[in-house]
Amino acid sequence: MTGNIISFGKTAGHGLRARASTMAAATLALTLSSSTAVFAEDAKFDPNASITIGSLYEPQNLDNTAGAGQGINEAFNGNVYEALFTLTDAGDVQPGLVAEQSVSDDGLTYTFKLRPGVTFHSGDPLTAVDVKYSIERVTAEQSKSSRKKSLATISAIETPDEQTVVVKLSARSISLPYNLSYVWIVNDAAKDLNAGEDGTGPYRLDEWRRGSSLALTRNDKYWGTAPTNGEVVFQYFTDATALNNALLTGAVDIITSVQSPDSIAQFKDNPDFTVTAGQSTTKELLAFNDRVAPFDNVKVRKAIARAIDDKKLLTSIWGEYGTLIGSFVPPTDPWYVDLTAVDAYDVESAKALLKEAGFADGFAFKLDTPNYDPHPIVAQFIQSELAKVNIKVEINVITANEWYTKVYKAHDFQATLQEHVNHRDIVFYGNPDFYWGYNNPRVVDLIKASEAAANTDEQTAKLKEANTIIAEDAASNWLYLYPQIVVSSSAVTGYPVNGLNSQFFAYGIKKSEQ
Amino acid sequence: MVLFVLLRLLPGDPANALLSVGADAAQIEKAREQVGSNLPLWQQFLRFAGSLARFDLGTSFVSGKPVIEEILARLTVTVPLALMGFLLAVLVAVPLGILSAVKANRWYGGLISTVSQLGIAIPVFWVGILLVTVFAVTFRLFPSGGFPRRGWQNEGQAFYALALPVMTIGLVMGASLLRYVRSATQDVLGSDYLRTARALGASFPQALVRHGILNGAVPIVSILGIELATTLLGAVVVERVFALPGLGSMLLLAIEQRDYPNVQGVLFISTLLVLLIGFAADLTQRLIDPRLRERAVGGNA
Repeated sequence: MTGNIISFGKTAGHGLRARASTMAAATLALTLSSSTAVFAEDAKFDPNASITIGSLYEPQNLDNTAGAGQGINEAFNGNVYEALFTLTDAGDVQPGLVAEQSVSDDGLTYTFKLRPGVTFHSGDPLTAVDVKYSIERVTAEQSKSSRKKSLATISAIETPDEQTVVVKLSARSISLPYNLSYVWIVNDAAKDLNAGEDGTGPYRLDEWRRGSSLALTRNDKYWGTAPTNGEVVFQYFTDATALNNALLTGAVDIITSVQSPDSIAQFKDNPDFTVTAGQSTTKELLAFNDRVAPFDNVKVRKAIARAIDDKKLLTSIWGEYGTLIGSFVPPTDPWYVDLTAVDAYDVESAKALLKEAGFADGFAFKLDTPNYDPHPIVAQFIQSELAKVNIKVEINVITANEWYTKVYKAHDFQATLQEHVNHRDIVFYGNPDFYWGYNNPRVVDLIKASEAAANTDEQTAKLKEANTIIAEDAASNWLYLYPQIVVSSSAVTGYPVNGLNSQFFAYGIKKSEQ
Repeated sequence: MVLFVLLRLLPGDPANALLSVGADAAQIEKAREQVGSNLPLWQQFLRFAGSLARFDLGTSFVSGKPVIEEILARLTVTVPLALMGFLLAVLVAVPLGILSAVKANRWYGGLISTVSQLGIAIPVFWVGILLVTVFAVTFRLFPSGGFPRRGWQNEGQAFYALALPVMTIGLVMGASLLRYVRSATQDVLGSDYLRTARALGASFPQALVRHGILNGAVPIVSILGIELATTLLGAVVVERVFALPGLGSMLLLAIEQRDYPNVQGVLFISTLLVLLIGFAADLTQRLIDPRLRERAVGGNA
């Protein structure tokens, strides 16, 4: 995401404290607390409970094709709106509003039979026309959906009868079901989707108070399994400390994603709270502009990757949490390969590589650093690491909005720091026009061919190869994978812990009776 | 005008708030067209000036909601917060200020002025964080932040949520106000009319209440006006610490997202409020002090 996170009040250097001594104790506490979570699930829960979810990501509007931000996926995906397919918290794609599907042998025609008896919150029945309308909303000219491009192969959508949708493609697209999991099915008669909704999900929108909260109430006419709670309120904060205090004082029940490493300590040794570390897809990147010198030189990029001790960086920021990665692909993706050994930390070989590249005396570059955590701390760390190989880093702090104009749109940068949250986003390396300008025709071909693959094995093999090449090319420097930490009061259970693509399914949350 | 230019000098683009990583060039262009940031500056200005002349604050680039609607919703938090904070400040400052001037030679007189000095030196957000730590996290007496979902439909909850923010503003503002009250009282104590009143047989408290308060109030009222205006604008910090959906947090978010209509709208409305408060303070002064009224009339004659 391009950061709508504002994190004032937290100072740089905050995270740089040694906490090796607490590591063992923390792991123990984690195991203990997850076992209490299981225990609490067996206890009686209140079927009409109101669950308050604390989050830092308030949506900007309520329409995911109108630039609402990641917050709307958190609040609405699977809760208010459903899609033809669902990306589960475990990362599988399962049928959602689709009851049956068939694919033609050439892979260009998908026929979906819709689930019968589904109605929208307004009372209208779900029909094939609604589905066609919903898909076309995402591919429409004015759509701001970041997934628009991945649906570009759709050439026609036909609706032979009320319950059948036929999607025709111009080229094979093995990720079509996955990509359709982003497409909300909305009522084609719905009016104001910026401030209202008309979906088929287990909750309906009750009230949105901009700047404060978004409330959902149970949809009693839901076609599927009824939610295990009566009401869900997303309470929005702009400051991580205020959010932590809210959980401490019982004003919220769950924090969807803890972003301040220091605050975990106050929860994990306390039996009133449950700390769960899930699988994350958020990668911290030192992205070079591969178009410009000296970063157009593979040796320079590899040298920088070897000169930075990723492990030390991760430990100093997140302690025992987080994962080291050797490329852009997190361990949860099927095409993950352990590439951490490629360009591992080795200052001497970094110096040798720089010498080979003609930079024995080093060079200087400007690092565009977004002003929110953890980027400023990471920038300082990189600055001191690279000083050891005579590379001088000038840190240029910019806001998220400037980043988007300067780096993303204009490509006017040498190197930058950014977090990439999306799942399955290795495809960015197959686009030479992307902001980092990595252009390897072999990778472009592989990524394109993987999408046209006939089966997932072929897709996986191709992406594994692409993944290995980008690592060998040191296309960017992948510093670490963020941890995904959910903290809750121990009275609630049943929430998703991985939060893939920022989703937060609320329908299974149970709150024990008090 | 100044506002318009200053905002445009900031690097960045309001369209960015609507886009995310993954958007292509055509989508970016479309978003810029939607918010009008692809137009030349003078055209953007004409649009802005035109709608302002019609008292139309426009619609937010980001949420697509009318600006005025959101401002009104947020005023329901900021105005009560500022007024209650202000009231608390007055309740603290006036009696203590007078006391510390009258009893300057006693130990508590000195103590009050020392504490108030401290109150001025401490930043608002620190007082807020301290109150949260003590009253919310440790003693669980008040909520640490946030505003009830139903707002003022649930008055008890709303007051409860505002308790700590109000205390924060009241304490900090009270501390600075106290010093003005104290020096105004000192002026009054040294004045001839008070000595005359005493000479005519009034007791000290009688003289102070009868003649001192009104005389001392004149300069204080104008300070109060300024302080109230500052509170409205300065609520930004307090709203942030307590996660309140007020005008200040709206302004911050709008600047962050380069949502120009929202920024302009908030600044326009708060300027209007400040002018109104200034006007009200001026009127009050005239009501209190007949000399000011005569002067105004005399000027016209």
